[in-house]
Amino acid sequence: MGVSLEHYFVLSAVLFVIGAYGVIARRNLIVVLMSLELMLNSANLAFVAFSRLHNDMAGQVFMIMSITVAAAEVAVGLALVVAVYAHRESLDVDILKILKG
Amino acid sequence: METVVFYIFAALSVAGALLVITYNNPVSSAVSLVLTLFSTAVLFVLLLAHFVAAIQILVYAGAIMILFLFTVMFLNLHPEALRFDARNMAFKVSIFLVVLLFTGYFAAMGFNKAFPGGGAPSPSPEGFGTVEGVGRLLFTGYLLPFELTSVLILAAIIGVVAIAKRRES
Repeated sequence: MGVSLEHYFVLSAVLFVIGAYGVIARRNLIVVLMSLELMLNSANLAFVAFSRLHNDMAGQVFMIMSITVAAAEVAVGLALVVAVYAHRESLDVDILKILKG
Repeated sequence: METVVFYIFAALSVAGALLVITYNNPVSSAVSLVLTLFSTAVLFVLLLAHFVAAIQILVYAGAIMILFLFTVMFLNLHPEALRFDARNMAFKVSIFLVVLLFTGYFAAMGFNKAFPGGGAPSPSPEGFGTVEGVGRLLFTGYLLPFELTSVLILAAIIGVVAIAKRRES
């Protein structure tokens, strides 16, 4: 028998923290989006691992939906990045302070 | 055998994730992200989720990565435009490593509390994780959410077109 499922959850938590760190500390809008992808991916890993733990494929169905959401999110996010870059010629997240009301 | 494969690809995925958040160049970050997503797909195969692994490679490592690379090349960034990102690196890295350590520790501890058996995988039923099994569940029990995701995709397409359209002003 293979490794216990605990390993997968710890790996998922570690990947999630790396992604969260990227979202918080990086200032490049595109890299922030990539770190968001990392976080979603780690959540997917947890979904699939729990699906294996309970021998229930509902987790995998959820994971497919989550991938769909991730694809939609990336498409909209990158469109926003292109719009911001066309407007300000910069990818620094700090320029988004102009959104302050 | 399975244990060795798990450790190799777990290490690869963590390494890829670390490279994503350290590279200054978005193209290098995107390629590292492919490494992480691909290693995760291998882990899905180890978890007997074969269909999901194929979807992961097709959608994540294929479509989403192409979208990222296309955007980076479309923006035509010059290196000076990316200089703003590397401040206080030593401080950030030290904070990050401490947080990472605590996360791994508490995740392991919490899991041990929730599942005292250690979470050893039990033998799975026939057809677990195959295209047939997942597809059957997707089109019977979860038909409504599955159809709703197509509405979500449609909304995303319309939103992207509306955002990217050049306004006359």
